Amino acid sequence: MKNHLRVLVIDDEEELVSALVERMMLRSIDAYGAITAREALRKLQEEDIDVVVLDVKMPGMDGLELLKKIKVKHPLVQVILLTGRGSEKECEVGLAEGAFDYLIKPIDIEELIGRMKLAANS
Amino acid sequence: METISRKDADRLAIRDRLKSFVRRVIPGGWWERENGEKRSSRYARLWRFTVLITAGVSVTPLIIITIYDYYQYREAFRQEMMYPILRLTSTMKHSMEFFLEERRSALAYIIEDKSFDELADQEILARILRNMKNTFGGFVDVGLIDSTGKQRTYVGPYELQGMNYQEQDWFNEVKLRGAYVSDVFMGYRKFPHFVVAVKHERQNGDFYVLRATIDTKVFNHQIYSLGLRPASDAFIINDKGIFQTASRFHGNVLTPAPIPVPPYSNRPEVVEEYDGSGNPYVLGYAYIDQSPFIFVVVKGPEDLMENWLGLRRRMFGFLAISVGIILLLIMGTSSYLVSRIRDADLRQAKALHHIQYSNKMASIGRLAAGVAHEVNNPLAIINEKAGLAKDLIALSNGFPQREKFEKLMDSILASVTRCSTITHRLLGFAKRMDVKTEKIDLEALIQEVLGFVEKEAGYRNIAVSVRSDNTLPSIESDRGQLQQVFLNIINNAIEELEGGGQIDILLREQDQETVEITISDNGRGIPEEHLHHIFEPFFTTKKDYGTGLGLSITYGIMEKLGGGISVRSKVGQGTSFIVALPIRKPPL
Repeated sequence: MKNHLRVLVIDDEEELVSALVERMMLRSIDAYGAITAREALRKLQEEDIDVVVLDVKMPGMDGLELLKKIKVKHPLVQVILLTGRGSEKECEVGLAEGAFDYLIKPIDIEELIGRMKLAANS
Repeated sequence: METISRKDADRLAIRDRLKSFVRRVIPGGWWERENGEKRSSRYARLWRFTVLITAGVSVTPLIIITIYDYYQYREAFRQEMMYPILRLTSTMKHSMEFFLEERRSALAYIIEDKSFDELADQEILARILRNMKNTFGGFVDVGLIDSTGKQRTYVGPYELQGMNYQEQDWFNEVKLRGAYVSDVFMGYRKFPHFVVAVKHERQNGDFYVLRATIDTKVFNHQIYSLGLRPASDAFIINDKGIFQTASRFHGNVLTPAPIPVPPYSNRPEVVEEYDGSGNPYVLGYAYIDQSPFIFVVVKGPEDLMENWLGLRRRMFGFLAISVGIILLLIMGTSSYLVSRIRDADLRQAKALHHIQYSNKMASIGRLAAGVAHEVNNPLAIINEKAGLAKDLIALSNGFPQREKFEKLMDSILASVTRCSTITHRLLGFAKRMDVKTEKIDLEALIQEVLGFVEKEAGYRNIAVSVRSDNTLPSIESDRGQLQQVFLNIINNAIEELEGGGQIDILLREQDQETVEITISDNGRGIPEEHLHHIFEPFFTTKKDYGTGLGLSITYGIMEKLGGGISVRSKVGQGTSFIVALPIRKPPL
């Protein structure tokens, strides 16, 4: 069991990413943020990431495509999908593609951390 | 207790059957209201037009042909009827003329053959009368009258010897013309007879007359032998209209005949006349030559018309039956066609409305989904920022007014949750357009629908209560359609409760296959006469804004879902809509 989670939050909303990252850091989680797919993939190369929190709806690159790429390049990294209401269908697809779980925005930080821990230890 | 006898029940059944037949032929219910005035709809007008045109085209020739036939037949019948009368009259004229001529000739022969002296001999005259009686018949007496009018010799039953006829008309007549036939008159022995007289002129210019009386029994016998039908009559009148023989119906001998004396004609004639009551009869008559007699035959309407009236009855009966059947068929066919057109129109209007409604709902759905998605992201940001702020406050020691800030943050987070619920609802609305069957918790669904109307209900001071069986099972049905059904009914209830009121929603399991949802309001209620039409398309009591389609669509949806909807209402007490839904999805 890892004590120290390393998490990458990917969302095109920078404000959301920064807040989430900070809240996780406050909870002693190594959190990184990325607002584009390219940046996310680079961060995954650079850092030893356990869990990716990925928004399925991002301009430029579809969250599901990014999920596929992550799963190909970093098969061990667990992915938790975030989605707005009404997009549950895509998350179901994401689960089939290898995502660990999904949450619907707005999220409860404690619940997210719980899921992340589950993911990291599975 | 009210009991209905079998007879009454039969009568009611017959009446119902008759009613349904009449409705099939003359459809009702094609009325529409405009400005509170009842007027016939275009379907009623179409029906009337079709019936009129078709009936006109098919019935008019039939009527024309029948009328033409009527006149043709009538003329033929008239001819056929008159001919026998003409023949009868003609035969009678000839036989009477022959009869008179025979007697006249007999007298003429005698007066030429015998000398005055011989005729003045009582014995010889008696022998002559005997011979006349034996040979010709009908003679009653005979007398010889000299030119002074004095009866010189008389043989017969009366005491007429020595009688003077100088002043009598008939004597002057015979003096003038040489022969004479008198009117019928009653003799001393009170039986009708008439006189035939002939004159002989001597070479010295003097003359004498042979006069014989003839019994009218001969005429009666002749008329009797015609064998007339009971309703017909034949008789002889003289030129003054006095009966010379008895009539069957009109009077006795020597009484005036009730018919006018027909105009003179030397041939037998047949004419149509009308009696005082306007009934037609046929009159045949013939003037008998060299006598005052007119032979008359009267045939009454029954006799003549029997065949004709029968034919006429059959002709017009056939016409009436034909026209009746044609009209029934035309009306029935028109009703069938027009109701088919009306049904098609209704279906089309319903479909059109459904499409419009669907399109509208789809647009609203897309808009709602878009808004929900767009709002979701900033909501997530607010959520996280507020969360972060809360985290920071919690971590920093000695933060001033920490509790107040924590409450503020919680308030922000609670508002975010509320916003999230709203977007969820909007998305749920958008999803209504998808047709699919899923497991549905009815109570949750009702609450969801109430979510849409709670503000409205609140403004109108309407209290809504939902009660449910604890054991209410979830059902398999279409969520979106059900939402629409309940939204429709609840909206109706809200509109019904203008000044506030109560809506009760009761959910219960009716049996193992059905759940029943009763939505009751305590509003004005629906009048009985509207209750029957409430699920019909285009029926509305909301004058300005109702399309009249809401409840009909609701009804249609319920049928599609394998359920049913019914309504109970009492004016002044309120209305209940009862929706029954199958627990399991019915097989399509």
